[in-house]
Amino acid sequence: MDIKVNVRELNGERNISVVDLNGEIDVYTSPKVKETIMELIDAGHYALVINLENVRYIDSTGLGVLIGGLKRVREHSGAVNLVCTNPQIKKIFDITGLVKIFGIYDTEAGACENL
Amino acid sequence: MREPIALHQTAESAANVVELRIPSKAEWVGVARLAVAGIASRLQFSIEDIEDLKLAVAEACTNCIQHATGSEAVLISCAILPDKIVVTVQDSGKGFAGIGIAPKELGEPKVGGLGVFLIRSLMDDVDYELNPESGTKLTMTKFLRT
Repeated sequence: MDIKVNVRELNGERNISVVDLNGEIDVYTSPKVKETIMELIDAGHYALVINLENVRYIDSTGLGVLIGGLKRVREHSGAVNLVCTNPQIKKIFDITGLVKIFGIYDTEAGACENL
Repeated sequence: MREPIALHQTAESAANVVELRIPSKAEWVGVARLAVAGIASRLQFSIEDIEDLKLAVAEACTNCIQHATGSEAVLISCAILPDKIVVTVQDSGKGFAGIGIAPKELGEPKVGGLGVFLIRSLMDDVDYELNPESGTKLTMTKFLRT
């Protein structure tokens, strides 16, 4: 019950920050995710891809962190796309209507291309 | 693998109850959801239903921890019946208002309020008892699909 957070910078036509998350995002681990995302945004990174491929579980506090990040980057005309292949996590995005708010892609390449 | 628990008695007599009391701290929510998943996996719930239960229980515990001021522990109780599992999550704090939240509609998603919405969406039946003196008790039911 832990989360590993890693940030990569992709320098192409557009500079994109990729946040790799590995583990479970819940009330205990989400502050660490929030801290990383908010630090990135505060440092001027407004094009984010959050990779959830290795996330096994997410709850409402995790969703809250993603929504908070999206709201913050939108203030700077930025965007957040997600990479997600886990059917259970996709279901949560579907139930909550967040599929309409986030761009959700099966691959990192897709998430970056459509950012 | 262990055999599934035999569920051929009457509803009243077959109520096997498993209880877990966790400190009202975020780091214990994971233990509660894994315990409930373990119980549900001994029944004949599908993997998807077990995931639903895990999330609903975790959301209920999270609500207790975040909103029940003055509560030191969260009590999780699982009653195992022939056709369903009934999970109650109870704290002894001042409670949170879950009743007024619409069950199946979400407008512009907000940071808060998603937890109760998820519980209502993932479980078959949800009931709250709000008592300013004794705390909040959330009872949620998931039926076995045949």
